[in-house]
Amino acid sequence: MAALVIPVHLFLLGLAFPVGWIAAPGYEYLHALVRSPLTRTYLFALCFLSLFHWAHRFRYTLYDGLQIKHLNEVIFTGCYGGAICGTAVAGYLLWNFR
Amino acid sequence: MSDTKQAVSYTEYHPRWYRTRVSTWWWLSRWPYLKFILREISSVFIAWFVVLLLLQIRALSRGPLAYAAFEHWLQNPLILLLNLSALFFVTFHAVTWFNLTPRAMVVRFRGKRVADRVIVGTNYAAWAAVSLVLAWVLLRS
Repeated sequence: MAALVIPVHLFLLGLAFPVGWIAAPGYEYLHALVRSPLTRTYLFALCFLSLFHWAHRFRYTLYDGLQIKHLNEVIFTGCYGGAICGTAVAGYLLWNFR
Repeated sequence: MSDTKQAVSYTEYHPRWYRTRVSTWWWLSRWPYLKFILREISSVFIAWFVVLLLLQIRALSRGPLAYAAFEHWLQNPLILLLNLSALFFVTFHAVTWFNLTPRAMVVRFRGKRVADRVIVGTNYAAWAAVSLVLAWVLLRS
C-alpha cells in the first residue's frame, strides 16, 4: 500500500505543485474531492495503514540498528501510541470535514 | 552404577552465554548493511507524508486563505528539501520491495511456478497504473 500510492502523492503534493512543474488543483476542486465519503475513507485508510507501517518498522529499526532492546516498553509505547494518536487525529479531521 | 556417568544437577542461575558485543554502528561497516538500515529509515518519511497530508486536510477544512498559506509554506526551501529526501527514501523503499516480491511470494499458475520477472513486472505495472489513476483524479479539475 505504502509503496504503491505514497510516491505519487508525495511527488505531486511535495514537489511538483510547489515548484510549479504541474499546475496545482484549485481549492474548490480539492475541497469538493475531500468532502466525498469515498475520498475520506481512502484518506483514512491511507493514514491508518501508513502510520502502523511506520510504527512497526521504526520499532525494529531501533531494536536492530541501535540495539536498544532493553527500552522495549518505551519504544513500543512511543511507536504504537504515536500511530494510534495520528490515526485518531486523521479520523477527527476527516469526520468533521465540512 | 558406572563411575563415568555424571550426576545430573540443576544450577540456580544459568551460566552466562559467550557472546561478543556487536558495535552500535555495525551497519556502517558494509554497504549491504547500510542499505538495509537506509531502507528501514524510509518508514520515518512515510510518517512525515501522513503529517503533510493531515496538514493539507486541516488547511482545506479551514478555508481558502488557510489553504493558500499551506501552499505557500510548501514552497519553503527547507520543506522542499525535506520532501525531496522523503521522495527519494519512499521510492527506494518501493523499488526494493517490488524487486523483493518474488522471494516474498511464490505464485503458481496451472501447476507451474510463475517466473520472477513476471511477478516483478506485474508489481511495477500496478505501481504505474495506480500512480496514473491517482494523478488523473488530482489533476482533472
